Amino acid sequence: MMRLEKRATPSRAWSVATPVLAVLLTMIAGGILFAMLGKDPVAAIRTIFWDPLFNPQFAAYSRPQLLVKAGPLILIAIGLSLGFRAGVWNIGAEGQYVVGALTGAAAGLALYPMESRLIFPLMVIAGALGGLLWAMIPAILRTVFRTNEILVSLLLVYVAQALLSSMALGALRNPQGGGFPGSRNLSQWASSANPELIAGTGMHWGVVAAFIAVIFAYILLQRHMLGFSIRLTGQAPRAARFAGVSPRRLVILCFGISGALAGLAGLFEVTGPAGQISLDFAQGYGFTAIIVAFLGRLNPIGILLAGLLMALTYIGGELAQFMLGVPAAAIQAFQGMLLFFLLAVDILTNYRIRWAREAS
Amino acid sequence: MDIGGINLVTLLATLIVASVPILMAALGEMVVEKSGTLNLGVEGMMIMGAVTGFVVAVTTGNPVLGFLGGAAAGAAMAGLFALLTQVLLANQVASGLALTLFGLGLSSLMGQGWNGIRPPLTGDVPLGPLADIPVLGPILFSHDWMVYLSLILVVAIWWFLRATRAGLILRAVGESHEAAHALGYKVRRIRTGAILFGGAMAGMGGAYVSLVRVPQWTDGITSGAGWIALAIVVFASWKPWRVLMGAWLFGGISVLQLNLQAAGSRIPVEYLTMSPYIITILVLVLISSGRGRAMGAPADLGKTFHASH
Repeated sequence: MMRLEKRATPSRAWSVATPVLAVLLTMIAGGILFAMLGKDPVAAIRTIFWDPLFNPQFAAYSRPQLLVKAGPLILIAIGLSLGFRAGVWNIGAEGQYVVGALTGAAAGLALYPMESRLIFPLMVIAGALGGLLWAMIPAILRTVFRTNEILVSLLLVYVAQALLSSMALGALRNPQGGGFPGSRNLSQWASSANPELIAGTGMHWGVVAAFIAVIFAYILLQRHMLGFSIRLTGQAPRAARFAGVSPRRLVILCFGISGALAGLAGLFEVTGPAGQISLDFAQGYGFTAIIVAFLGRLNPIGILLAGLLMALTYIGGELAQFMLGVPAAAIQAFQGMLLFFLLAVDILTNYRIRWAREAS
Repeated sequence: MDIGGINLVTLLATLIVASVPILMAALGEMVVEKSGTLNLGVEGMMIMGAVTGFVVAVTTGNPVLGFLGGAAAGAAMAGLFALLTQVLLANQVASGLALTLFGLGLSSLMGQGWNGIRPPLTGDVPLGPLADIPVLGPILFSHDWMVYLSLILVVAIWWFLRATRAGLILRAVGESHEAAHALGYKVRRIRTGAILFGGAMAGMGGAYVSLVRVPQWTDGITSGAGWIALAIVVFASWKPWRVLMGAWLFGGISVLQLNLQAAGSRIPVEYLTMSPYIITILVLVLISSGRGRAMGAPADLGKTFHASH
């Protein structure tokens, strides 16, 4: 008879080992999934995890893509992880990402075709503010009216997507675009471009921002009072209240930080890799970032690694689509599976398994 | 009775049809939450029900089997959730999200090659002369059997929770799992049963979207209906009758905005599309700003149960 015994404190060894275990299990289950689709499972897994980095034919193209895709994922996931730690559930990062891109792009396009070094910083600020304000809607509704922040933040994603199509077809549409949806190309306008900073690395300002966010979050959680409040609220909400932590302030702060970071990610995406506001520029980074945050165990360094791994599945997934005809949706299912396995094996961190006979 | 180019009778009749998916999913989720578990994976279960129901119905040519297939797929997804939260004691919010993310991916994978096909028709229940009554006939008596099933389920669930011993036990588990456990009730078994039921309901609701409401298969076909269903449970303060009201309200809004789009309203299409979500948020705010803490919420909602002895 198997019995679970709650550990007094989560096991450190397992908290490092479980993400690795989850990735391995996902590879096995994913292999079965690919085999069911009639693809060679070993080739599929190798194409996803190995070829983008080491295949001499593709690596030159794929390696820079790693940072391009990991940048927004890490940036968003860092913000989300702060809230998740404190039990504040912002699951609408996708919406904040879209709105940040819209406000940032709008701020820039208002000045088109002026050329100035100040335009890009202005757009960055506008993007962060847009994401922040969009995240303030669920946060303020939560603190003032006690409205469930999970539902509101998620429902606002659908509103943001409708807003995006309205903007791409209307206010922000390229007047010289021949009536096609989508804004002017921001990456080709010198003042708004977010170019590759070091050739061949994929490093753009968004990636720089992501690295800064990782360092910032690390210091915040380890050395700052706010970080302590966040961790304390997550572990013992009652104790936190006695210690004088204001739950409302924490909700506002967690939503504010995650919204601003998601908005930044959106702005860097439309000025760089995506190049313009279009109907489908978002790519679901806001949702995948939730998986990244958990895979990284809500730890900044972990998120950095998890973001890179998740980026790899995006790139490898595209490669598998191209080389083996594995459908894009299979990769999405594959990423979802990863979160499942992660949550499943997490029990090893928090509980000890005892084998004992049934008590008489 | 035309208002701005919209026929009121047709509007009410389509409202009832449009509310079925949300109603089914919200009823199921209400039972799950009454047992003390918060399953945020409704959207994932619905869309898996939608694709499975569609594939089964098209392959067999029988819509009834399609709905059963949808229910089975929803329950299978719910089984994963039950495994995670009841056996492996994982966080419920995260597990629900995982279910939705996984369901969206898997459904689009399963649905490949099924686009652009028309599913077998789910016919109206022949109610004879009743359907010929002016105004009331088209609104109430000329629908398919799923509409009537969903209404019967409202009554059945209300009766089950209110008047049966099993319903009382289910509520007890949701209010205090420690106390229910001490009384000898199998908390995890009861919750697992509720979760599976909720999954089957969401799956059937999803199948209704792809088999009747749209009717065809496209990726992401449920477009947030699962999240609106979750919101309706809160709106309804966990009461079946109010779930019905909520589903009609949102069915009404979605039908109205579609009709306005078709009638060539001056409001841009995108703003009409976002209206059901915005109104859901507004209603949530109104409900939660009212009296005290979330009224009627089971006390142990969302807490993990681990019997230490």
